[in-house]
Amino acid sequence: MKPIDKITQTFEQNKPAFMPYFTLGYPDYETSLAVVQACAAAGADMMELGIPFSDPLADGPTIQHSTQVALQGGMTVERCVTAVSTLRASGITIPFLLMGYINPLLAYGLARFVQDAAQAGANGLIIPDLPPDEAGELEALCAEQGLALVYLLSPNSFEERIKMVTRRSTGFTYLVSVTGITGARTELSQALGGFIRRVRAVSQRPLAVGFGISTPQQAQAVGELADGVIIGSALVKAVDAAKDKPTAAATFVASMKK
Amino acid sequence: MTTQPLPKKFGPYGGQFVPETLMPALAELEAAYLQARSDPAFQAELDNLLQTYVGRPTPLTFARRLTEKLGGAQIYLKREDLAHSGAHKINNALGQALLAKRMGKRRIIAETGAGQHGVATATACALLGLECVVYMGTVDMARQAPNVFRMRLLGTEVRGVESGSKTLKDAINEAIRDWVTNVGDTYYLLGSALGPHPYPTMVRDFQSVIGRETRQQILDAAGSLPDSIVACVGGGSNAIGIFHEFVGDEGVDLIGVEAGGEGIASGKHAARFADPQIGRPGVLHGCYTYVMQDADGQIALTHSISAGLDYAAVGPEHTHLRELERAYYTSATDEEALAAFQTLCELEGIIPALESAHAVAEAIKRAPTLPKEQILIVNLSGRGDKDLDTVISVIA
Repeated sequence: MKPIDKITQTFEQNKPAFMPYFTLGYPDYETSLAVVQACAAAGADMMELGIPFSDPLADGPTIQHSTQVALQGGMTVERCVTAVSTLRASGITIPFLLMGYINPLLAYGLARFVQDAAQAGANGLIIPDLPPDEAGELEALCAEQGLALVYLLSPNSFEERIKMVTRRSTGFTYLVSVTGITGARTELSQALGGFIRRVRAVSQRPLAVGFGISTPQQAQAVGELADGVIIGSALVKAVDAAKDKPTAAATFVASMKK
Repeated sequence: MTTQPLPKKFGPYGGQFVPETLMPALAELEAAYLQARSDPAFQAELDNLLQTYVGRPTPLTFARRLTEKLGGAQIYLKREDLAHSGAHKINNALGQALLAKRMGKRRIIAETGAGQHGVATATACALLGLECVVYMGTVDMARQAPNVFRMRLLGTEVRGVESGSKTLKDAINEAIRDWVTNVGDTYYLLGSALGPHPYPTMVRDFQSVIGRETRQQILDAAGSLPDSIVACVGGGSNAIGIFHEFVGDEGVDLIGVEAGGEGIASGKHAARFADPQIGRPGVLHGCYTYVMQDADGQIALTHSISAGLDYAAVGPEHTHLRELERAYYTSATDEEALAAFQTLCELEGIIPALESAHAVAEAIKRAPTLPKEQILIVNLSGRGDKDLDTVISVIA
């Protein structure tokens, strides 16, 4: 079985699939692994694991801060790959999507990164600053190793792009709920339903929605429309505020899964 | 009307490494730019403003005393410091602001390092009646305080950026985040020949008026083309603006000068091409080019006495010209730039911007090694009033 198949299976068995995001290395290496383990144990269907970058231009203040702290703590791409191995060794079987910006991956070497990520037990990649137009090489490498390469769509994507992006995205397509950066919003966009319908009209593949989702009510509303729900900043905030971070993460995931 | 899409890359460099949300916006921008570029009415409006508002053509000044002192090539200065608002930045800011207006965008955002692009954008927006927000790192706000005040006088909101190194790189991050969020009604007026396509091409086109004027002026003054052209390179818009016209003239040496900071060996500089350990191909702010970074691909902190050159990436066309060996890149240290700053003040009665002083520093090194009949042109990209505090604190 290829790594990507596990993602496909997850969408077949869990509707909607709940996918939290957490920054590897935040607030420190060990705690971030404990948080991911707690999320998995509390019922997360997949996990998005953030690779820190110094200049995360698609991220809002919460995730920016988490990546800065992780970098100050010595987090590197190599340690992120090691983290995936360690998490797999601890018995977690849910799909892992590594989410990171393109420059650190270029510095690591794309071919080497894809190979090491697959070997460590990752199932796919999400690169927010790499639209399909620039991703030819990485796409071929991921196909070789059986990793998903998940592309994003935005509410302002026009029909031709929706067709192209859904055709080339593998595993699922990541719908950004609003034009903007990551971070909690008080309300869901009214236009989300229409956006999802426009994408469904041209693609049968799974769609997960992220950016701006922070409450169980919002998660439930999105879950009724999409195949997957992604929550990042709200989890990071919940963990931030707590003394016992893994327990806070578990409580957060459980509340979202209800 | 020609609306052939523009090439997205210069050799392998450039491209569009941006969040998906910006892809439709970049496509809209490129289409609008292509239309405007081939519309004689747009060109006429821009040309008229460049002449009657900016004061173009800017003069080409023979630097007689500097030439005599150095005893080599004849040095001419292309006087972008005399353009309205004090630097070449206005050429691009006006061009793009007119384009924004044509696209029906009422809100303009921009980033600024030294503040020159911010002032130019604030100026263009005041002239054309557009709302303007400028992002600026708080470190830069402190060292370029007069420009912050100028922007505010011109009706612009200056938003301080506290993230990262609090300089130009972080201001661009924040401007891009604003653009992603307000993409429907907002125009991002990028100030240098970098970022995602079509910016490097569009900014070069708006700045290439510098080179076109220079060609005519040096032919009128000396009867021949120059042998060398020297310009400072931060993002690289003044340099590409003067180089572009001469790329096809193989007898004209094109020399870009990066910020050498405290010296290349110190590691505290912004010379992307100088140290292959730190400056390597990578992606920053939407384009693939030379980027200063650590072994893990994290963007490196840069250092320069000049805020306008203090940036981790270089425009992709410069990387391409360097690889083709059509242009040559070197660096000048803070100390060399300061010495050149003083020399130009004393010998020519011109106070250059610290950015431009880097190009003057290279001219001071190079001219004495060249025969007297040769011509060397320095692009004096901006004036130095904004830098007086910095200079006073170092040399007084």
